Amino acid sequence: MTTWPILSVTTFLPLVGALIVYLSRGDDEAARRNSRWIALWTTLITFAVSVILVMRFDASNPDFQFVEKANWLATGITYHMGVDGISLPLVILTTAIMPFCIIASWKAITNRVREYMMAFLILETLMIGTFSALDLVLFYLFFEGGLIPMFLIIGVWGGPRRVYASFKFFLYTLLGSVLMLLAIMALYWNGGTTDIPTLMHTAVPRSLQTWAWLAFFASFAVKMPMWPVHTWLPDAHVEAPTAGSVVLAAILLKMGGYGFLRFSLPMFPLASHDFAPLVFTLSAIAIIYTSLVALMQEDMKKLIAYSSVAHMGFVTMGIFAGTMQGVAGGVFQMISHGIVSGALFLCVGIVYDRMHTREIAAYGGLVNRMPLYALTFMVFTMANVGLPGTSGFVGEFMTLLGTFKVSIPTAFFATFGVILSAAYALWLYRKVVFGALVKPSLMSMKDLTLRECVTLFPLIALTILFGVYPKPVLDMSAASVQQLVNNYNTAVTAVKAAALLQ
Amino acid sequence: MSFETAGYQLAPVLPELVLAVGAMALLMLGAYRGQETTRTVTSLAVLLLVAVGVLVYLQPAGKQVTFGGSFIVDDFARFMKILALIGSAVTLVLSTEFLSDPSRRIFEYAILVLLSTLGMMVLISAGDLISLYLGLELMSLALYVVAASNRDNAKSTEAGLKYFVLGALSSGMLLYGSSLIYGFTGTVSFTGIAAAATVSNVGLVFGLVFLLAGLCFKVSAVPFHMWTPDVYEGAPTPVTAFFASAPKVAALAVFTRVTLTAFPGIVSQWQQILVFVAIASMALGSFAAIGQSNIKRLMAYSSIGHMGFALVGLASGTVEGAQGVLMYIVIYVAMTLGSFSIILAMRRNGQAVEQISDFAGLSRTNPLLAFMFAMLLFSLAGIPPLAGFFAKWYVFVAAIKANLFTLAVVGVLTSVVGAYYYLTIVKTMYFDEPAGQVDPVRVEVKTVLAVAGLFNILFALFAGPVVSVASAAAKSLF
Repeated sequence: MTTWPILSVTTFLPLVGALIVYLSRGDDEAARRNSRWIALWTTLITFAVSVILVMRFDASNPDFQFVEKANWLATGITYHMGVDGISLPLVILTTAIMPFCIIASWKAITNRVREYMMAFLILETLMIGTFSALDLVLFYLFFEGGLIPMFLIIGVWGGPRRVYASFKFFLYTLLGSVLMLLAIMALYWNGGTTDIPTLMHTAVPRSLQTWAWLAFFASFAVKMPMWPVHTWLPDAHVEAPTAGSVVLAAILLKMGGYGFLRFSLPMFPLASHDFAPLVFTLSAIAIIYTSLVALMQEDMKKLIAYSSVAHMGFVTMGIFAGTMQGVAGGVFQMISHGIVSGALFLCVGIVYDRMHTREIAAYGGLVNRMPLYALTFMVFTMANVGLPGTSGFVGEFMTLLGTFKVSIPTAFFATFGVILSAAYALWLYRKVVFGALVKPSLMSMKDLTLRECVTLFPLIALTILFGVYPKPVLDMSAASVQQLVNNYNTAVTAVKAAALLQ
Repeated sequence: MSFETAGYQLAPVLPELVLAVGAMALLMLGAYRGQETTRTVTSLAVLLLVAVGVLVYLQPAGKQVTFGGSFIVDDFARFMKILALIGSAVTLVLSTEFLSDPSRRIFEYAILVLLSTLGMMVLISAGDLISLYLGLELMSLALYVVAASNRDNAKSTEAGLKYFVLGALSSGMLLYGSSLIYGFTGTVSFTGIAAAATVSNVGLVFGLVFLLAGLCFKVSAVPFHMWTPDVYEGAPTPVTAFFASAPKVAALAVFTRVTLTAFPGIVSQWQQILVFVAIASMALGSFAAIGQSNIKRLMAYSSIGHMGFALVGLASGTVEGAQGVLMYIVIYVAMTLGSFSIILAMRRNGQAVEQISDFAGLSRTNPLLAFMFAMLLFSLAGIPPLAGFFAKWYVFVAAIKANLFTLAVVGVLTSVVGAYYYLTIVKTMYFDEPAGQVDPVRVEVKTVLAVAGLFNILFALFAGPVVSVASAAAKSLF
């Protein structure tokens, strides 16, 4: 195979880019243009390298691939990287979304461009690292490290209430994560290592499973975010710059779902089984409640933020169903939501750049001036609703199918979410795009520029491609998901059998 | 019988002898040549500290005992001594600007720092209660004077006096505790006490409590922290940097050595004291810092909190705990020296500014300074991948292994509260409008900042060797 550490190169390339941006001194327009181009090329090259990962990936092998291991801290804590069918799609999602973020910030960000680009590139390294770390300490390093650039992105380039939003984002996430840190330490003493593949095959005592599961849950539930700890998300989304919202919705939220798949289910199968009803309840509440809340929003970004919480509810529900369809659907839903919600925030950003308001009431009749925009926005609205033929449908359908086998009431209530999402998404679309163009401020709106088309059209293509042909993503993750589900069910049935014998 | 065969080899104390003789020689130089020699004496003092550091480094590995067991040189002692020497040397370098003012040309300043460092080295190597007290007093007496070195300034003299009165009180408690321990065990040497103190009795525990109270005062742990904010704020900034680094290393070292080598038989007795002190320090350090507007006062509360975190490692009473303390203090010294070099760099129109609001918009007027400080603050808050995270990792991992779950949970929760006030400073620097230009930063401050800042940011890359050295040093105590 290969001799060069392809995964580490993918991870740390953006960091190198950030260094180059730093070295390109100057504060005039030329320097700004330079840092934009350097950032764009870095993200594009990173994406190109990550495509090599896909090409060399063996989808039939459920184990970790592209494994790299090196000494780091003493005794059982190593630099260990690798991807399997669950993490690779998320790595690709990250590398694929980042160029769009850079292009979306091309004109919108005019002050402190250099620092902005550096923050995004550093964030990209930390996000890829989170998905490919195979050591708990290393994982935590990347997972928590992402708070620093995101805090600055919201706080420096954000909207009027940016200080409040950035603090809330930082402290909420940190509070959840420090408890997970303690659980990581407990696992370290239980297994003598923080190596994730080893810990997956290390038996964890029942009582430790319960506590560790709760501690990990505290972190991932906040990150996901699940009801009732989702309240930081709307604030962060509303105040963040467009590209910040895109990264937040498309990638950072997926860390929660990834965490459940990588840690909660394989390492604490019994606790996961015990707590599944709790997760089901919270997911069902999230789906219905946040959809209802979304119906009442006056701010476009806030509406999409609440809809994100609802869609993440489908993911948690599918994951904890522990069935093949549920888990595979959860993975697919994460990818699909990454594309669709990212694109929706880009759509909001486009009208925000022109009007500098996100009030739904300030818009109306945009279809008359911006037909191309109306079309694009419609595709993503439909994908958000989960219309068959778009990627949104596949994920929701599979997670519902997987959950139906385990908990009919959960699936029953979650299905209402599909109807409600149609209600708020179509309502938003009607208010913004349809109707008569009466507001004088909207009369001079220009349709999509070439730059904006470049950011949106590839995402449209992906949304529809994965809607009619989801096989590439499902095949990539199938073997790993199968192994995960098998191990989970074996562990749970073994305990049930033992309980029956007594 | 020669001097050497009687158990009084001088080789283990060679660094201390060099330091003592060197300090006296410099004192002569200053006394005969007058205050014009301040700069020379200070530079020579830095060189002397470096030379002593090299001597300590060159000492043979393994344990050496001299003066009938009063003086121990092991890996732990050498580790802590080098750290204390680095702290002293760097603060002397940072004091150059303070000493260059014509009204403050005091060569005694460097001599006092040297003598105080000598005290620290004796303290770190103390093998019985007598040498412990000797080292502690030598260190403290010099510190009292240094605190008041800006003698025309009311706040500085107040700081010196306050520190002296409270320090004398704590020394009294420590002595009282030592006498009780001696009375109930019949010996002052740590190994002797360890052999005698296998079961707890009331008198011994009483002595232990007083001894620990005296030590808590020196590391400024709650409830003996009251002097810290006033002294930190009142003393000249380089002196505050000194207080926050080297003496803390020495005090924490002797704290670790006394608890682990003199009282291993009654761990459960001192463990509950340390758990309480650690929780109280972490909580007070986090909550009280929120309301501060002076950066030096804030750093005082921050250091109280950090000592609480370091004591979390010690409270576990295991070799992992000792390793945690060592890791914590290394990283703490680097973070503290870095932060204080930034506070020293904050000057407008030749005047030092100390309010947090003075940092407003620093990211635009001096981006590099702001970036370094932001990274140090995130590190103090314990956010990975910065050095501060590894410090917290090693103390909490020890606490978890020792099943001190309540302590660990309270600890990490207070670290979230602590993150809030560190974030407030980052917010002031990055989100607020600039409050005006900062004077060009002096080269020695820049150098210290660069080294400390890079250590902090890149720590994850070279953490492995540091961990193995700390682990070896921790094992030498057991």
